[in-house]
Amino acid sequence: MSWHVVAAVGDIPPGGRKLVTVRGRPIAVFNLGGEFFGLLNRCPHQGGSLCEGVLTGLVEAATPGEYTYTRKGEILRCPWHGWEFDVRTGQSHCDPEKFRTKSYPVEVEAGRTVVEGPYVAETIPVKVEENYVVVDV
Amino acid sequence: MTRLLPGTIDCDIHPSVPSIQALMPYMDDHWRDMVITRGVDELNTISYPLNSPLTCRPDWKKPGGRPAADLATIQREALDGFGTSIAIANCLYGIQLFFSEDMAAAFAKALNAWMAAEWLDHEPRLRASIVVPSQNAALAVAEIERWAHDRRFVQVLLLVSGDTPLGKRTMWPIYEAAERHGLAIGIHAGSNYHNPPTPVGWSSTHTEDYVNQAQAFQSALTSLICEGVFNKFPALKVVLLESGFTWLPAHLWRLTKFWRGLRMEIPWVDRAPADIVRSNVRLSLQPIDGPPDPASLNRLFEHMQSDELLLFSTDYPHWQFDGTDAMPDGISADLARRIMVDNPRATYARLEVAQEIRV
Repeated sequence: MSWHVVAAVGDIPPGGRKLVTVRGRPIAVFNLGGEFFGLLNRCPHQGGSLCEGVLTGLVEAATPGEYTYTRKGEILRCPWHGWEFDVRTGQSHCDPEKFRTKSYPVEVEAGRTVVEGPYVAETIPVKVEENYVVVDV
Repeated sequence: MTRLLPGTIDCDIHPSVPSIQALMPYMDDHWRDMVITRGVDELNTISYPLNSPLTCRPDWKKPGGRPAADLATIQREALDGFGTSIAIANCLYGIQLFFSEDMAAAFAKALNAWMAAEWLDHEPRLRASIVVPSQNAALAVAEIERWAHDRRFVQVLLLVSGDTPLGKRTMWPIYEAAERHGLAIGIHAGSNYHNPPTPVGWSSTHTEDYVNQAQAFQSALTSLICEGVFNKFPALKVVLLESGFTWLPAHLWRLTKFWRGLRMEIPWVDRAPADIVRSNVRLSLQPIDGPPDPASLNRLFEHMQSDELLLFSTDYPHWQFDGTDAMPDGISADLARRIMVDNPRATYARLEVAQEIRV
């Protein structure tokens, strides 16, 4: 495992996402209100590109007909068959123990720290005065 | 053949109302008058045409009359014939077809009174389902309340095809009453024929109508699960009667697959439909659609992923098998015992109570 610089913070605004490739792995990086999360861009069902999915909320019901909608923007719906995934964990909603997409640790680091290493910046030019999204792969 | 065990419970037999006259002593004066004034001479549906081979096995036919229409016949052919310890009578009599809710209620009340007085009072091995005017949930609940004190009634009987899918909330008062009284909901093959009995329209023959009952059961089961009936009434047991069961694994694969992607429409369904079926739904054994060889049948049982789902039934007097070969060959002794004894007892809570009362 090693940390890789994948984007400047400003490249992924809150509610946005960016598909990056790190060590050959396609990883969808999401910004949930300033917190960043990385998911393998492959639905465990049939391989759909999760980065193209809609971000929605968590719909639950304690009893039939009473709908609650929470965690707006934190549930990712696969564009192929609609399976829902928790962006924070990669777990599916339908069967969280059995079906999950791999989740990668994502942090924000200052450019000065990134320059000092041991971060790997494959394609991102780094400036010391900016902040960067780094993924542990 | 697989021998029937002592204590076997037959979960689906069909006493016939010999004629409408048999119910007249149990009708209120007004409705007895109405039957005569309106010229209601008989309730015949096309579910089981009298001359169809399916309706009655040749050795149980009664020339000029309906099969299974008197107690001595049922004692001889069904109870003694199979050696069952208990049989649950599900009377199919067209009450669900009336467009008048009040007339349906009057007939249901008479039918249940007739069942109690002329069958249950005379044969301790018999139990019965409460027939309800399912056209109107409030009237159906009133009929359930009328008989709930009588522990010989172990179930509420509905037809699989009615005016609306069975999971709709208009039906929920019936499920609430059933759960509260420890009555199972028995859903039997058949239709009120207010809609085509197949999803693609009216068919031409009894063959099509009967075979397509399986699709009606799939639709009803899907409705019950998706509308949240088992979330609202978690203790409710639903028994699919004369539904066949070979379709169940494939249907649950399909339903579970699409629930995974579409469950946001039905967020109360918080576990896989197959899990809900295993906890709340049971199916009667006959008719067994096949397959003919034991290995394939056992493979099917594996696909069902539970040995608690099937309840022994003969479907007497319908012609589903010959002799006493109601049980399939080649199944394990453990599964056979569960089907014949354990599963019916676990499903019908009232069977235990009724036995204690009798002793």
